[in-house]
Amino acid sequence: MTFTDRVTGLVRRGRAPRERKAPDTGWREFVTPEGVDLKLRIASYAERCGAFLLDFLILVAGLLALTLVAAIGGGVTRSRLGAEVAFIVWTIGAFALRNFYFMWFELRPGAATPGKRRMGLRVAARDGGRLTADAVLARNAMRELEVFLPLSFLFARGQGIDAILIGLGAIWSGVFILFPLFNRDRLRLGDLAAGTMVVKAPKRVLRPDLSETGAMPGLTFTPAQLDAYGVKELHVLEEVLRKHDRRTVAEVARRIRTKVGWDGPADVSDGAFLAAYYAGLRGRLERRLLFGHRRKDKFDKA
Amino acid sequence: MAEIQLKSNRFREERETDWRRLEVLLGRAERQGIAALRKDEILELPVLYQQALSSLSVARSISLDQALVDYLESLCTRAYFFVYGTRTRIGERVAGFFLREWPMAAQALWRETLVALSIGVIGTVVAFLLVRSDPDWFYGFVQAELANGRDPTATTAFLRETLYPKVSVHEGLSAMSAFLFTHNSQVALFAFALGFALCLPTAALLLYNGCMLGAFLALFASRKLGIEAGGWLMIHGVTELFAITLAGAAGLSLGWSVAFPGERTRVDAAAHAGRRAAMLMAGVVVMLFCAGLLEGFARQLIRADWARYSVAATTGVLWCAYFYWPRRRRT
Repeated sequence: MTFTDRVTGLVRRGRAPRERKAPDTGWREFVTPEGVDLKLRIASYAERCGAFLLDFLILVAGLLALTLVAAIGGGVTRSRLGAEVAFIVWTIGAFALRNFYFMWFELRPGAATPGKRRMGLRVAARDGGRLTADAVLARNAMRELEVFLPLSFLFARGQGIDAILIGLGAIWSGVFILFPLFNRDRLRLGDLAAGTMVVKAPKRVLRPDLSETGAMPGLTFTPAQLDAYGVKELHVLEEVLRKHDRRTVAEVARRIRTKVGWDGPADVSDGAFLAAYYAGLRGRLERRLLFGHRRKDKFDKA
Repeated sequence: MAEIQLKSNRFREERETDWRRLEVLLGRAERQGIAALRKDEILELPVLYQQALSSLSVARSISLDQALVDYLESLCTRAYFFVYGTRTRIGERVAGFFLREWPMAAQALWRETLVALSIGVIGTVVAFLLVRSDPDWFYGFVQAELANGRDPTATTAFLRETLYPKVSVHEGLSAMSAFLFTHNSQVALFAFALGFALCLPTAALLLYNGCMLGAFLALFASRKLGIEAGGWLMIHGVTELFAITLAGAAGLSLGWSVAFPGERTRVDAAAHAGRRAAMLMAGVVVMLFCAGLLEGFARQLIRADWARYSVAATTGVLWCAYFYWPRRRRT
């Protein structure tokens, strides 16, 4: 290989069209020690902002309540000692609220503050191991930088060169707020410094199986009619049935009737028809699944 | 179709009670902590968890009921975090922290501690020399509200007065402690967090802190009150400045690992340094609590210089022995 070859090779490699990355869906592989992938989803920026706002409101409310209690308590006793005790309670209480509110809740088995729980989020160690106290400590100590520093710039006032400095400081600290937008796992600085991430872990209830509740004895479909759709369409149908919006149900039922060339009894209600079709389709697809074939969608031949 | 029951249906019927049982136990444990579970229930949980996991694998391969798979995923995730989550009791945790983790973290960061200390000392010396040569420098280092009248225009008598304040026992001492503790802790946590921005802000904060110290010392030294001011400062200052130095060291280690991650990836290095530094920061808050007590009570109640200096020396020796006494490394 001559020198020019190598150079052109380098240039070409540099110019090679970059592979387009598939858009990130936020799903992450998360394999338990038992070898099962739990498929976690990374919490979105909006969800995390919402959770933080909720927590912030709770904190402010707590601070107000604390102030009221201290003021009333200090006022009622009408003595120096009473006022002093009230002051101590207030200072220590405010300090504890600001620093230990997040830590306390994230160290509990739920690993989520009330705001996070409301949004169905929780904190997890990025390596899949246990969430240790030092990690929780680290991720929350960083809040100083991410929340209170920008806040202090927000409330700072200055003239001339001071104003410029404050403006620059606000921009600089703004970087920390927007940090989660610029990385794959939506980590904030605290997550980075602690090796944690925030994932979706909503509580779900076990809902009734539609194939049991929906089946009607009179309605049967031929195999050809059931082969019109695959797993993807089955899941869409499931969603339609569970939401049970009347207009959607009617529309979907109409389309399926046309597609499969429905010639059975016409007096069946749309809901009953869809439920029966769902039960039939699922039975057919699951039976084929047991024989090792998963029909992805309606375009999947075979 | 309905006359022949689906396999996935039967599968669900057979296992549903176990899933529900797991859900109930988890709900209770998440709301009220592990103490809410009886002994047999605690033993039952991992078994139920493993059953649910295997149900999930089976459901993924035989069932096309999306709601069922979603439910099992959420149930298994909750159970996973509970089964593999933190389990140590709070008492053990606290004991482990004071016996091993805190001093170990301080030992591991000895280089950063030295750097932080020298930055502070440089600030102190420079400010001291500058203010000695020209008292106007004092205003550059110390803000007016912090100086509280203790500036170059003050009389020597007034300065002496501030060193030996007349306070009766009850008057505001504990309130002052509480205020000092919370204020200093917040500043220390801030200094630590700032370290993330590649060390520089933390270094600046340490330098500025040193400068203020130097300026004050220079002011008092110019009135031949240097020894007295040293005692006034050091009685709590040994603990407080040590804590601030450690906080600075924690910040520096974090920033350094982000800037120069070495063999690890940047993210891993940050996580490793962050966790270790966080342990140290928890200790710093404890130290600042002690410093607040010393500043609020001891400084106001102990008025003899020699007593102040001996308290300062004792605290210094105690902290150093606690942190740097060689210990066996447990692996």
